[in-house]
Amino acid sequence: MTTLLPRSRVRAPAPKHSGTDDQRQGFVARPARKQLGRRREVPFGRLLGVALLLAFWSIGAHLGWFDPRKLSAPWTIVSTGWDLLVNGALFDNTVVSLRRAGIGIAAGVFLGTVLAVLAGLSRLGEATVDGLVQLKRSIPTLGLIPLLILWLGIGEGFKVIIITLGVLVSIYVPTHAALIGIDRRLVELSEIQDVSRVSFIRNVVLPGSLPGWFLGLRLAVTGAWLSLIVVESVNATDGLGKMMQNAQYYGQSDVIMVGLLVYAVFGLTADSLIRIAERKVLSWRQSLVD
Amino acid sequence: MASILGRLTSRFAAEPDGRDRRVSVGPQAAESDGSIELRGLTRNFGDDDILKGIDLTIPDGQFVALLGRSGSGKSTLLRAIAGLDHNVPGSGLLRVPERTSMVFQDSRLLPWQRVLPNVLYGQPRSRRRHGIDLLAEVGLAGREKSWPKGLSGGEQQRVALARALAGEPQLLLADEPFGALDALTRIKMHALLRTLVQAHRPTVLLVTHDVDEAISLAQRVLVLQSGRIGRDLIIDLPEDRNPAQPAFQRTRHDLLAALGVDAAAPQPVP
Repeated sequence: MTTLLPRSRVRAPAPKHSGTDDQRQGFVARPARKQLGRRREVPFGRLLGVALLLAFWSIGAHLGWFDPRKLSAPWTIVSTGWDLLVNGALFDNTVVSLRRAGIGIAAGVFLGTVLAVLAGLSRLGEATVDGLVQLKRSIPTLGLIPLLILWLGIGEGFKVIIITLGVLVSIYVPTHAALIGIDRRLVELSEIQDVSRVSFIRNVVLPGSLPGWFLGLRLAVTGAWLSLIVVESVNATDGLGKMMQNAQYYGQSDVIMVGLLVYAVFGLTADSLIRIAERKVLSWRQSLVD
Repeated sequence: MASILGRLTSRFAAEPDGRDRRVSVGPQAAESDGSIELRGLTRNFGDDDILKGIDLTIPDGQFVALLGRSGSGKSTLLRAIAGLDHNVPGSGLLRVPERTSMVFQDSRLLPWQRVLPNVLYGQPRSRRRHGIDLLAEVGLAGREKSWPKGLSGGEQQRVALARALAGEPQLLLADEPFGALDALTRIKMHALLRTLVQAHRPTVLLVTHDVDEAISLAQRVLVLQSGRIGRDLIIDLPEDRNPAQPAFQRTRHDLLAALGVDAAAPQPVP
């Protein structure tokens, strides 16, 4: 093969075409370039770590490495889960917990959105609302538990309010930030187009703040689960947290594990649902072709 | 944010700094009159006088290009005429038509709305048919349902032109509308703008830094020199203008000189 150009300056075809190199007089085959970036994704890669942990756990349980009161075998957890499901304890406690979380999330999302819009759209609203929410944000919600129990007792009200407060702040912060971060150029455009204030809010402000709202929603759901676990362990007669709390007294690590599993399933499901909704609603962000 | 929203509704109200801003609205504005009139218009940022008393009359239907070096105040002037310079102190008299629209250097399409709703932003829903016709006029027939992100820069600017024309403006303001486009697209857009202006007959005030663009499009060219109109030139050239014509070249040298770039004119070596 004759080389017409210095090797370093030749851009030869990619290796998959290298079979034709012999006919391409004057070109040298270029050795495959070292790939420094991350390689192609491993299929189901994220599950690999989980599978390894499960395998280690199963082997350990089988060989008697762990005290069953502290860590039950995976198969014990499955059968305990089945028993709890059959006798209704798991179902009842899950429903109670979901109801608390549901009411708290719904109320928190509603209030957080309303407050963010108030503070984002009017200076008076901002002056009134923002300071209060920032003050609330600097106090951990869980730190309010003693005060709220003192005021409201240990009934449903206090549990739902703790969840609501956490959700409210999670929704408020990113939504408010998105609202005040609306592109000034689109504001000018709206002024030139002489649109009404209502039309401006509907066409520019709200769509522009939706990405922030969805971010807040995802944070809010995660936060709601956290609050739920805490309020149900502090003072409750039922709910998943209470079920796990009792299991701790009786050394039933399998029941605790079942509870954790249910939390994980609902947490993941909620997050996936929000992501799907987000992708649908914000489809304009990714579409490059119609 | 509140002040931004407030501006939307207080556009025709008295300006807070007490400067005299008269916008011709209501019955005294003759229908279809797209003329504008400026008397002693000043604007200043801090201690700097950006506009130092501008007197200008543009008759209905005239196509005017506004040239100026950066910092000469041409954008400030355009924004004053558009009524977008909130809280910029100044004085003077300003009379502009009721229906004024504007094209910016960036298309400013709402990314979350498809092309047709973008064209009709600010128009009553009954104008849908009109919007579709306008899209066809700018060469985007059938693209009503495209997303702005799926369009090229030139196509986005076409949508912006259609949107600016949707309200049948008496005055069309354009702030370097082709400045961000590549040279070939720009030539096509010049032809399109010429056609659109002939069809819709608005008064046009086009801010540009491109002397050739100004000469080939406008009937009259203004050169802004540090806050004053330093040159006011009627372009007396045939309709089919091209930079090869000697008259075009003479106007070009004249305007470049007014912009302070004499060196750009190639001089024969003595």
